[in-house]
Amino acid sequence: MTTTATAAQDAGAGDEGPGGEGGTPRRGPDRGPGRAGRVRGRLHRWDVRYSPYAFVAPFFLFFAAFGLFPLLYTGWASLHRVELAAPDDMRWVGLRNYTRLLDDDFFWNALGNTFTIGVLSTVPQLLMALGLAHLLHYRLRAANFWRVALLTPYATSVAAATLVFVLLYGRDYGMVNWALGAVGIDPVDWQSGTWTSRFAVSSIVIWRWTGYNALIYLAAMRAVPDDRYEAAALDGASRWQQFRHVTVPALRPTILFTIVVSTIGATQLFGEPLLFGGAGGQKGGASHQFQTLGLYLYEQGWFFFHLGRACAVAWTMFLILLLIAAVNATVARRLRASH
Amino acid sequence: MRGSTCTYRRRAVVLGAFAALGAHLLGGCARDDGPAASGTGGAGSDGSGKTTITIGTFGVFGYKQAGLYAEYERLHPDVTIKESVIERNDAYYPQLLTHLAAGGGLADIQAVEVANINEVATTLSGKFEDLSKAAGVRRSDWLDWKWQQATDRKGRTVGLGTDIGPIAMCYRKDLFKKAGLPTDREAVGRLWAGDWQKYIDTGKAYKKRAPAGTVFTDSAAGVYNASIHAYPERYYDRRGKPIYAKSPAVKASWDLAVQAARGGLTARLKQFEKPWDQAYANGRFATVACPPWMLGYIKEKAGEAGRNKWDVAAAPRPANWGGSFIGVPKAARHKAAAVSLAVWLTAPAQQAKLFDRQASIPSTPSSYDMPQVRNARHPYFGGAPTGRIFAAAAKGIPTLVIGPDEQQIGTAFTDIGLLQIDQQGRSPREAWKATQKEIENAVDE
Repeated sequence: MTTTATAAQDAGAGDEGPGGEGGTPRRGPDRGPGRAGRVRGRLHRWDVRYSPYAFVAPFFLFFAAFGLFPLLYTGWASLHRVELAAPDDMRWVGLRNYTRLLDDDFFWNALGNTFTIGVLSTVPQLLMALGLAHLLHYRLRAANFWRVALLTPYATSVAAATLVFVLLYGRDYGMVNWALGAVGIDPVDWQSGTWTSRFAVSSIVIWRWTGYNALIYLAAMRAVPDDRYEAAALDGASRWQQFRHVTVPALRPTILFTIVVSTIGATQLFGEPLLFGGAGGQKGGASHQFQTLGLYLYEQGWFFFHLGRACAVAWTMFLILLLIAAVNATVARRLRASH
Repeated sequence: MRGSTCTYRRRAVVLGAFAALGAHLLGGCARDDGPAASGTGGAGSDGSGKTTITIGTFGVFGYKQAGLYAEYERLHPDVTIKESVIERNDAYYPQLLTHLAAGGGLADIQAVEVANINEVATTLSGKFEDLSKAAGVRRSDWLDWKWQQATDRKGRTVGLGTDIGPIAMCYRKDLFKKAGLPTDREAVGRLWAGDWQKYIDTGKAYKKRAPAGTVFTDSAAGVYNASIHAYPERYYDRRGKPIYAKSPAVKASWDLAVQAARGGLTARLKQFEKPWDQAYANGRFATVACPPWMLGYIKEKAGEAGRNKWDVAAAPRPANWGGSFIGVPKAARHKAAAVSLAVWLTAPAQQAKLFDRQASIPSTPSSYDMPQVRNARHPYFGGAPTGRIFAAAAKGIPTLVIGPDEQQIGTAFTDIGLLQIDQQGRSPREAWKATQKEIENAVDE
């Protein structure tokens, strides 16, 4: 307390300095709205008007340094031939890196894989999350325990989770094949197969994100007024009917939000397939059967050392995301209009 | 009034703190960036008057484990050595490239893997010190081909050879016995001496009486790697022209690997992946091509259960798989001290000590006659005379021509083509086409 008081006094004394009367004893109140008072008033106005900008500035400065600048620079570099061995040596090639992508089978393969794995993981994940949230919405014993438990997969690191899944999906000594063997099914070579590998990668994504989405849904469900359920129950609606006709419509904006977030996540899918591929995982399997766009970008830049081309892939991914955002905005508007 | 001015001050302090934080971050970056900033404590030393030499390596080089740093620090009380290790070269090398381009963030000594040494020696030679002229370096100490690999056209040498990777064959005595094959390491070496085809034939004989659940070798890619590294020209010819599409070395090694895969001699594994490790632990395959660095790997993965079951025999032909170099970047902070340390670390005496502790085969032939190497036996591998076996293999290795995209091309053959045949059952023709396409995508500029 003492220090605060002193600081306040000091501050007051210091403030009179600019008024040119620093030497005289403080008689502020007697002087009425003097020069110092006007200065103070002006400072106060500036404070109110500009301080918020100063407070939000750090974010924007950091964003400009670590977000915007790299984004623009990546775009610039994508119009050049740049190799990692000599990043300073940039040769202008115009749109060559982009046109090259158009007839690059590996790029289309990666794009297709990203889409397939995205659908394989996002759809079941969101459906399961909705179901789980619905179950958790009931009065449960130790409800908090279940909610926290739901979030634990999300809290584990991608690397740790994926490495465990790699062991589970092992061809020769994996637990999944062992379980399949117990019911008389031949072992599956999860990593080499085209669809089995995509399924395996999707399952890791599903495992990690289902609980996270379920909690978002749960939070939204809690906001649905109870009387709607009571009214529905009075009308004789079963639990399933209540879910379909009360919960889901009320959750529509939330569902849309999770779809957008999951789609963005799916487009950028990287860690899971990389680690699932083991040594040399950036190739996404011997036939690139689970190489996503993220992996292809990584391979181009950091294994083939073609930075310019990697930048072009990055920008293409960025444009795809913008496209998804646009489609989503349209759908959202339609939904609102139909409501 | 007073209250409001007080808030003011506090805000000023907060803003100041942000500014200071920013400045600190920027300062932190700047400090990393150049040699100039480190000069605060007198030329190239910190406050205590000691020079700290940094070494950047990938994987385990073993200098620390073998006590070489401690020894050097004892010999030079004014020097401290700090090592930073990145586990895998595919993460280490791109970082080295960016640091070289930026001229900052570099260690005083940087390691380079053999697959990357050509790129470093040809396109980045100007960014490294020429070590051929350093005091105490005798070119004649090194195997000629090892020296040449790190030397550019103008005769500048960007790196001093550390270990090399002469190939032997590791095999399971117990499985060989059950399959009715000889188990003595001399006799096993004679089974396939001189020709990889004889190795495949041995595999066929093994398969006929193979103990249940086992196969002859781990992977088609392993056979390919062991065979291809015996040829002087593989992916590039002597003039530096790429020949990966029709080089006889590739053709011969590819055919051997295809034979192994299609003949059911492989465990259809990919090297350095978890299932491969598990297969060691479970004793699933009987042989594996064994550069010296593989011995430690087998010992770790096969564990106590594999002790005295594994043994080492000579490979069909001398070949080199792996090995590294250490060089001093021009942008290093303590160049002179770093050069002396690099020279000392790679001198024959130190390479012999390293072999003693880490089983890394020296690239300096004079080490081979030192007792640490000549009399070395590996207790885990039934007391096999590893020093003698690997030294003999090392002397027969030809000068290997290495090109700039060596690594990408090699990986395309092993991780795409042969893996498609081995694991996905693709036809060799399809797999060959996929490999060539992969290489074109990788090297195309």
